[in-house]
Amino acid sequence: MSSAAESQFHVLAVDDSLIDRKLIERLLKISSYQVTTVDSGSKALEFLGSRVNDDRSSSDSLPSVSPSDHQGVEVNLIITDYCMPGMTGYDLLKKIKESSSLRDIPVVIMSSENVPSRITRCLEEGAEEFILKPVRLADVNKLRPHMMRTKKLKGQEQEQEQEQELQEESVTHCEIRSQPPRQHELEIEQSQQDQSQQIQQHQQQKSGNNNKRKALDVEEGLSPDRTRSRYNGVATF
Amino acid sequence: MPRFHGQSNHAPVDIVNQLQKQYVDYLTSLFHEGVLDDQFTQLQKLQDESNPDFTVEVATLFFVDSDKLINNMAAALERSPVDFKQVDADVHQLKGSSSSIGAMRVKNLCITFRSFCETQSYEGCLICLQQVKNECAVLKDKLQNLFRMEQQIVGAGGSVPLMD
Repeated sequence: MSSAAESQFHVLAVDDSLIDRKLIERLLKISSYQVTTVDSGSKALEFLGSRVNDDRSSSDSLPSVSPSDHQGVEVNLIITDYCMPGMTGYDLLKKIKESSSLRDIPVVIMSSENVPSRITRCLEEGAEEFILKPVRLADVNKLRPHMMRTKKLKGQEQEQEQEQELQEESVTHCEIRSQPPRQHELEIEQSQQDQSQQIQQHQQQKSGNNNKRKALDVEEGLSPDRTRSRYNGVATF
Repeated sequence: MPRFHGQSNHAPVDIVNQLQKQYVDYLTSLFHEGVLDDQFTQLQKLQDESNPDFTVEVATLFFVDSDKLINNMAAALERSPVDFKQVDADVHQLKGSSSSIGAMRVKNLCITFRSFCETQSYEGCLICLQQVKNECAVLKDKLQNLFRMEQQIVGAGGSVPLMD
């Protein structure tokens, strides 16, 4: 199902559990993504380091993602487990967001535990989504928009100005958008609905948090054509 | 004897149907007993012609992994003093992998097990360990039955029904 334009998005999956790596790999491959799996955050950084071009002396103000300039591997999305020995998924997320060369890569966190404060912390640090394990196809389907967005950034530097204007309008969009646990399953069970309401409250408490905004180079919810239809009745704009 | 184009080896249709029905009944009972949950069905959906053994492969990984973890837990509980944090870490891992394959009863036992680790209850942990061990053995047995039934269906020229 991959057209020439979106051919071969490459996902880096990080998980210390062999079973979960196998599962996520299969889920991603079935969704027509190229997949690399590693079993630790440090290995992930090693792998990502191999894609960084040495001469990043560009004076562009933009944090440009120009994988075509890089030798080595382009990564369009990183999906990582939260609970890992040594470097946690959160630690990895932080390191990625602190790196000028890596911070534009969307990061998604997976966790078997639904801990609202954990979720909030990850989202604030710049994670695009927080997915509850076990991960399902429906969850993987939600990843494409994030990867599309990164591709769009390439060579569309003028959009930056337009986005800033529209940022004001879409504050609430941003808030609501980042409620992955609610979107976890299209058929939502009651218990998860309760949990997501808890998370919703957390999100609303953090309204106006600028950290989240920094992480989003492109405002979500702006392009009505893009992804709204995917979130069948879950996200209310 | 009916011929199906492209199939070299098949049993009469009613035998395939019977095998399929037995399979569905068996799998349904596993769901009803709570041995498996919907995640198992999700796994089966990931199987296709390019990955025809995916579910078996994952299940096999689980059995190997759970054996190792259970042995670790047993060893940790035998040491003095008991390192409950280590036991808890192993239980957490088992909980994760059992959840990933849809082994609901094992997963739920792990949840209980973890609470005993937290309160550092030696006896509680011992009991849970035994229960987890038993449950993993039961699961292995039942999944092996299930996979055998799948093989019989395929061998008879039929296809394995997917639960909804």
